[in-house]
Amino acid sequence: MIMDNQHWLLPEGINEVLPPNARALENLRRELLDLYDSWGYELVFPPFIEYLESLLTGTGGDLDLQTFKLTDQITGRTLGIRPDITPQVARIDAHQLRRESPTRLCYLGTVLTTRGDGFAGSRSPLQIGAELYGHSGVESDLEVVCLMLETLKRTGIQEIYLDLGHVGIFRGLTRQAGLKKPQELALFEALQRKAIPEIRQLVDGFDLSTEMGDMLTVLAELSGDDCLVQARQRLANASGEVMQSLDELEQLAARLAARRPDLPIHFDLGELRGYHYHTGVVFAAFVPGLGQEVARGGRYDEIGKVFGRARPASGFSADLNLLFRSGHGDSAVTPVEAIFAPAVDEQSLIARVEQLRAEGRRVIFALPGQSGDARAMGCRQVLVKQGEDWVIEASEAAGHSES
Amino acid sequence: MKFDSPITIALSKGRIFKDTLPLLAHAGIEPVDDPETSRKLILDSNHPEVKFVLIRATDVPTYVQWGAADIGVAGKDVLMEHGGEGLYEPLDLQIARCRMMVAGFDGADLTSNRLRIATKYVNSARSYFAAKGQQVEVIKLYGSMELAPLVGLSDLIVDLVESGNTLKANGLVPLEHMADISSRLIINKASWKMKHGTVTALLNALREAVQQKA
Repeated sequence: MIMDNQHWLLPEGINEVLPPNARALENLRRELLDLYDSWGYELVFPPFIEYLESLLTGTGGDLDLQTFKLTDQITGRTLGIRPDITPQVARIDAHQLRRESPTRLCYLGTVLTTRGDGFAGSRSPLQIGAELYGHSGVESDLEVVCLMLETLKRTGIQEIYLDLGHVGIFRGLTRQAGLKKPQELALFEALQRKAIPEIRQLVDGFDLSTEMGDMLTVLAELSGDDCLVQARQRLANASGEVMQSLDELEQLAARLAARRPDLPIHFDLGELRGYHYHTGVVFAAFVPGLGQEVARGGRYDEIGKVFGRARPASGFSADLNLLFRSGHGDSAVTPVEAIFAPAVDEQSLIARVEQLRAEGRRVIFALPGQSGDARAMGCRQVLVKQGEDWVIEASEAAGHSES
Repeated sequence: MKFDSPITIALSKGRIFKDTLPLLAHAGIEPVDDPETSRKLILDSNHPEVKFVLIRATDVPTYVQWGAADIGVAGKDVLMEHGGEGLYEPLDLQIARCRMMVAGFDGADLTSNRLRIATKYVNSARSYFAAKGQQVEVIKLYGSMELAPLVGLSDLIVDLVESGNTLKANGLVPLEHMADISSRLIINKASWKMKHGTVTALLNALREAVQQKA
């Protein structure tokens, strides 16, 4: 029960941003959207709420439990509040824009999740991201990863570890082994926890050849910066689909290493982030001191199909609040120099204030009878009349505030 | 063993700590202080890069999930309750072994409608009976589960059973075997990726220790 004196409490996992952080966060938001703009990513504003079917389409039901739902009073249909913007942008590309050429889209907005998605338990992340549609190949994956890295750099995150995986390896192996859907899901679940004893137990129960069983088991441990070489040996008899996935991963890593020689790349072939809708390379960025990824993405070529038009797609997203905290954070919050203007209704003062504001200065008018002086209002400077002119002076001259 | 990155290991006092020490010793890691006599919550080891945090058993997955510790040792019972999200559990350390069981009076009817189950393991109990197609009423207790059927608080209990002596002393018997429990090495996902060399070296050393013991 909510006590009478606790109306101010926010729901669990719902955040708000206050001054002066809100201003710094907004500056970061503008900088990132300008960055995406300069790379040719066009901004879209998908709606906050949609018919549930549309929101969940193509995500394999992953997001069903994460979606807040309500009933539309006009149609009686179920509406969902978006837990993720990516499927909305895929719908926009497939159904609204219908372009033949590659389409680059970016977005920023609040999403809501019922249970929080890690990240300090926030249920209202400020999702920012970019998606590239209409090209299937290492070049578009490379562009998206590079844009993600540039995003992190702009937020002030210095040390980035890139985690690379490919869902085609696990998918290819389960197909080769002829696993049924419940078997595949059980194995997927154990693999996400790298629960090697359980994986071995499951695989033993599947009645596979020893070689096939070993290939499925070894996935949990195929990770590290040199694991592709190992993978070639240990998955030597895997299907063409698996080999092609390894090739794609290797190509992307080589291109990345050429562009960003200092970037630590970690491969994890058992990492299946967003397995139910990703179809190719998956990646995530980690930073020291934070137990979870700060940004993630990958290739998802199938989502458009359910909206009537399959288009190859690759993209990334992140929580802007988390980026802000992990990057410059509070150090990005610089106090704004402000000028205090007296409560005088005089044309010459108004004109001077307008001129200063047009120059980008912050000018605050005193209100008659207000409490607090220039310093209390955060102004280190004041406007003072000298003869006919209004000149700026340090606010100490006004007197008494320092205490 | 050489450590390229600082590592924090989360352990719980008591049996898990005692049984983990010989395994860690095989990897060349030994605590400097004795947790039974020290009041410190962060213990140094013989390596400056390796520290221990001593916490409650049920808190170990939480510390590791959020990266407050890189590595931990947690019972499978605790992991089943926690859900294991954000964690890797690659190694069965085969210590602190016991069984999670349904227990009650000898001859108790396990099929009757809406059984009341007293347990510390709420999630495990609920999903076990749900998998059997049975809807049950779960009553969360923090200890002395054996008392619940005796005073009519519940029909059955779900608890860890080692020797079965406590059950016996209270006139109860184990009825169904739910899961074999032992302690697992758990690793934070980000540590696995960013401190991969150190973490896998430690994992391999511990795996070797477990195999030698077996």
